[in-house]
Amino acid sequence: MQFNRDDLIKAYRGMRTIRDFEERVHEEFSAGKIPGFVHLYAGEEASAVGICWHLDNRDKIASTHRGHGHCIAKGVDVKGMMKEIYGRRDGLCGGKGGSMHIADLSKGMMGANGIVGGGPPLICGAAMTAKYKKTGGVAVAFVGDGGSNQGTTLESYNLANVWKLPVIFVVEDNGYAEATSAKWSVAGSQLDRAKGFGMPGVEVDGHDFFAVHDAAQEAIDRARNGDGPSLMHVRLNRFFGHFEGDAMTYRGEGEIQRVRDEQDSLKIFRTRVTEMALLDHEQLDAVDTEVAHLIDEAVSESESAPPPTEADLQTDVYVAY
Amino acid sequence: MAKKSYRQAINEAIAQEMRRDENVLVWGEDNVGGAGGDGEQDAWGGVLGVTKGLYPEFGSERVLDTPISESAFIGAAVGAAATGLRPVAELMFVDFMGVCFDQIFNQAAKFRYMFGGNAVTPIVVRTMYGGGFRAASQHSQCLYPMFTHVPGLKVVVPSSPYEAKGLMIQAIRDDDPVMFFEHKVMYDDEEEVPDDPYTIPFGEANLTREGDDVTIVAFGRMVGFANQAADTLDKEGISCTVLDPRTTSPFDTETILECVEETGRLVIVDEANPRCSMASDVSGLVAQEAFKALKAPIRMVTPPHTPVPFAPELEDAYLPNADKIVAAVRTAMA
Repeated sequence: MQFNRDDLIKAYRGMRTIRDFEERVHEEFSAGKIPGFVHLYAGEEASAVGICWHLDNRDKIASTHRGHGHCIAKGVDVKGMMKEIYGRRDGLCGGKGGSMHIADLSKGMMGANGIVGGGPPLICGAAMTAKYKKTGGVAVAFVGDGGSNQGTTLESYNLANVWKLPVIFVVEDNGYAEATSAKWSVAGSQLDRAKGFGMPGVEVDGHDFFAVHDAAQEAIDRARNGDGPSLMHVRLNRFFGHFEGDAMTYRGEGEIQRVRDEQDSLKIFRTRVTEMALLDHEQLDAVDTEVAHLIDEAVSESESAPPPTEADLQTDVYVAY
Repeated sequence: MAKKSYRQAINEAIAQEMRRDENVLVWGEDNVGGAGGDGEQDAWGGVLGVTKGLYPEFGSERVLDTPISESAFIGAAVGAAATGLRPVAELMFVDFMGVCFDQIFNQAAKFRYMFGGNAVTPIVVRTMYGGGFRAASQHSQCLYPMFTHVPGLKVVVPSSPYEAKGLMIQAIRDDDPVMFFEHKVMYDDEEEVPDDPYTIPFGEANLTREGDDVTIVAFGRMVGFANQAADTLDKEGISCTVLDPRTTSPFDTETILECVEETGRLVIVDEANPRCSMASDVSGLVAQEAFKALKAPIRMVTPPHTPVPFAPELEDAYLPNADKIVAAVRTAMA
């Protein structure tokens, strides 16, 4: 696909928003302003943005515990997300979900998920809805290398193929399931697994927006055309630990610095588009400024937003009871 | 009005709802029975034939076989429900919850709350439960207390064909996730069941008989045993109220407390294991809210705290029955 300037700005803005959001959550969490667990997506931006590029509100995604990037890429409101992470009453989920359960069904975002491997079965269902109702929609299940080993994920590979569902399974392989290396924990290969279930699979450099974009286009077109599920094995790196507070002693010496220097999807994108003279630095800097302002606003509004009240404790358990 | 079996009543309820609402789909292991084989389709209609006949009427888009893969297909039902369908999924035996519980209790049950009231997940999970089939430890459990424990789920335990039809239609129309427990020994029980669709509201207990001396609260198949016991006791001059809560979540605590206030004695009959069960739950409720009305200690008629055994002699000893209820009532009256 040929990208025009607006497209490129949009892609960069998406990745920059995720990066700044996560860097800022990292700071505010360290300052003790955010309760609970947070798992940051920084470093993986090109995957979420490159895949969700092709999706609209007919399409559904299911995310993981590391879900902020998927939300932003799917168009979920950034301020509502930040307020939710702060546990505020007017957060996206009323302060009842938090970082691990951010969802916006109106945007086709079926939730981050606190259960590793929780999403793929749900996505099979969302795909069944699209298929039965003939909406033309597709459904994308994001899992990590850790989640790729869950029975739910492997069962979903089978069911999606048996039922010929419009599903894309995306294994975002950042090399570590919590602290355990994927080199150790994943038997065989992701692509061989896809093959074993009779579906196409492709390995992609997850630091390269354009590579992800192109691979996703093929997988999503296939699903939309009724040709069934496929798998993307996206190799990428996370800049932060499994969760905030993780000292990452399991990572090699200098590993994070090397990743930040050499495999930063935003730097790679900037270099590519400026060298090709598609955009200039000023245009990208303007996006940086705009996004920094948005994140500042999101944080300051979240800080001053009221928490839920005790009256909210017992609401929203059932539709009617 | 014709006599119909528990199986027919459930089948009719699903069929009528499928005719009414095109978003109702049915799937589970062998729910068609025969998909992909060289023999006939609709050979089984579920392992005990409850969905038989749905496939010929509604076709392969709405009635689907699944691989033996409960996590995937129960989870798919949850995801389909959250995106606009109303799936009726069959978890063949509730004992198999062990291989898919996450999708029910961490996903379906919690979406609405976790997502701040912005999710609706109208799934019905039909599942067989209960002893009496000589099916041993992994095909005979009740387990409805475990689902009742989970906020966000509704749990239905119908006690007869009439009840099953009305409660199933309610379950399919309900916007919350519903666990629908079908006692496998009752599938051939028959009674008069109206042909037209009707609903029975959740959380409203049914008084199957009213008496002055003892309140018997019984669940599912145990309601029939409680009524038999009450007939026997009536001849001895002991008159019993028998109360069928119909649903364990929502739970009609009000009617239970009213009945205990009137009779002053309580026997609870629960086929589930006794620890953390409906029997212990009702005991706790009454001890807390109606202690002063009690004229005798509360009695629980339950199996022992063991797995369900295989040998017929052992399973008979394990299960509650009318005689055990009669004995418990006499103790309460002593």
